[in-house]
Amino acid sequence: MTNSAQYDIASIRNDFPILGRTVWDKPLVYLDNAASAQRPAAVINAVKKLYEYHYSNVHRGVHRLSQESTDLYDDARAKIRTFLNAACVHEIIFTRGATESINLVAQSYARPRLKAGDEILITHMEHHSNIVPWQMVCEQTGASLKVVPISDRGELDMEQFRKLLSEKTVLLGVTHVSNALGSVNPVKELIQAAHELDVPVLVDGAQAVPHIRVDVRELDADFYVFSGHKIYGPTGVGILYGKEKLLNAMPPYQGGGDMILSVSFEGTTYNDLPYKFEAGTPNIAGVVGLGAAIDYVNKIGVGAIAAHEHGLLMYATSKLKEIDGLRIIGEAEQKAGLISFVLDDVHPHDIGQMLDAEGVAVRAGHHCAQPVMERYGVPATARASFAMYNTYQEIDVLTDAIKKTINMFK
Amino acid sequence: MQNLRELYQQVILDHNKNPRNFRKMEDPDGFAHGNNPLCGDQIDVYIKIKDGIVEDISFDGAGCAICTSSASMMTTALKGKTEEEADALFNSFHHALTEDAAHPEDVPLGKLEVLKGVKDYPIRVKCATLAWHTFDAALKKLNGEVSTE
Repeated sequence: MTNSAQYDIASIRNDFPILGRTVWDKPLVYLDNAASAQRPAAVINAVKKLYEYHYSNVHRGVHRLSQESTDLYDDARAKIRTFLNAACVHEIIFTRGATESINLVAQSYARPRLKAGDEILITHMEHHSNIVPWQMVCEQTGASLKVVPISDRGELDMEQFRKLLSEKTVLLGVTHVSNALGSVNPVKELIQAAHELDVPVLVDGAQAVPHIRVDVRELDADFYVFSGHKIYGPTGVGILYGKEKLLNAMPPYQGGGDMILSVSFEGTTYNDLPYKFEAGTPNIAGVVGLGAAIDYVNKIGVGAIAAHEHGLLMYATSKLKEIDGLRIIGEAEQKAGLISFVLDDVHPHDIGQMLDAEGVAVRAGHHCAQPVMERYGVPATARASFAMYNTYQEIDVLTDAIKKTINMFK
Repeated sequence: MQNLRELYQQVILDHNKNPRNFRKMEDPDGFAHGNNPLCGDQIDVYIKIKDGIVEDISFDGAGCAICTSSASMMTTALKGKTEEEADALFNSFHHALTEDAAHPEDVPLGKLEVLKGVKDYPIRVKCATLAWHTFDAALKKLNGEVSTE
C-alpha cells in the first residue's frame, strides 16, 4: 500500500501525452482502459528510438544493427520473465496478443490430447477469446465445453466448480479478472483444486497484469497469457507464459522462419524454446515497447497502482450508487477497478454517446462477453474502467455526465 | 451535450420512449430477426402483405434510442406503402445515412429526415439502419429471395 504523498498522480499524468488533449473542447477523461490503456512517453520513445537508431531484423544478421535489435528484443523477454517471476526466459513466448496465446494453447496443447468425451472447463465470465478457441478445439475433437456458473454478485460458484471439475477435464481456462464485471477470481485456489486431479490451468491475465501483482510460480499456473496494449504497451504484442515441461511437449503452432533449426524437404528440426513458437519476423517494435511499458509499470509499482485504482473504485462505486435508476452489474467482494452499469430507460450505446460529448470515454456494448450480458439479462452495459492515471476529479466528471444523460432522456 | 441535440432530437427521444407498432405479430406473412453483434441490439420485424401493400408492420426487441426510434418511425412510414414504395424508401434512407451524394432514384424521406443527423456519427449508422435491414430481409424471405445476411 502507498499513501497519496508517494503516489504522484500529477507527474504520472504528465508522462502520458494524450491526457493533455481535449475532446469536443473538454478535457479528455479516459475511462476505457479495460479495452486499451494509453501509452506513456517512455513507451512511445522506446519505439521511436528503436526505429530511428537500432532497427533491424532479430536473430538473423551478423551486423551491428541486428545485434542491437536482438539485444533489445531479448532484454524485453528478460524483463517480462522477472515481471511474472517465471523460472526462465524461454518460458516467455511472444505472440500477437492474449487471444493468439490462448489459440496457441488450444491448438498445440489441447488439440492433440483431446478425444470424444473429454471436457474443457471454463467459466461463465470469460471473454470471447477464452471461449471460442475452446469451442473450436472441441468441435475438432468431439470434446465438450463445460461452464462454471456465476452468482448475481459476479462471483464464481465454487461448489459447481468442484462438481464440474473431473477426471474428464483436460484443461481449465479461467480469467484472472473479468473484463465485464471486474471480479477477481481466486485463481490460486482454482489451480490447486485442478492440480489435485492433474488438470493443467490456463489463466487469462489480460485484465489482471496492469492491476495486480502476478507471480506465476506462486500461483503455480501452467499457462498465463496477457496483452501488451492493456498494460500501457503497444498493440499487436502479447505473452504466453507456459511451464517449460508443457511447452517442450507441445508441437509448434505455426511453421516458418526462426522456429526451425534446420530445414530440408525431408523434414525439419524445430528450434528450442521460445523460438519454436515464434515463427516469422516478430513484432520487434511491439516487444521493445512492451519492455519499456513493463519498466514504467515497475517504476510506479504495481502495488501502488492497485492501491490507487482501488481508491478510485471505492469512490466511483459510492458516487454512482447515489444515482437513481443506475444499476451496477458485478459487485464481487474481490473486484478490480472497473464499473459496469446500466441506466433505467437509457441504452448503454446512448450513454456512451452522451458521455463522449462531455469528453468522457467509456465502453458501451457487451465487452466481448455476451454470456455475461445474458446472465444479467441486459443487452449491453456501459463500463468505466480505471488506470494508474485516473483521478477522483475525473470520477466527478463522470458522475455529472451520467446525471446530465438521465435528464436528457427523462 | 448541447451538440448532441441534433442527434437526439425531441422526436427521436419521443419515439424511443413511446415506440409505435411495438408488438409481436401473430401469424405474420413475413418475419426477420436483426442483430447488431457489436452492441447486442436485437430487433424482430413482422409484416403482413395484402395485394402487394404493407398492410401491417410491427417490431419488438431491444435497442438504443437511435435504433428503437428508427424502427418505430420506419413502421409508421411503411404502413400502407406498396412493396416497391417500401423498397425505394429503404434505399433512399440508406443512401441518406451512408452516402454524400443523393441518388437520382431517391424518394423524399418525410418525417424520417430527423434521422439524417446520425450520418455525422458513423458508428451509430448501424443503429439507425438495423430495423430497415431487418424489414428488407423479411420482405425478401417472403418473396423467396435468398438473403445474404
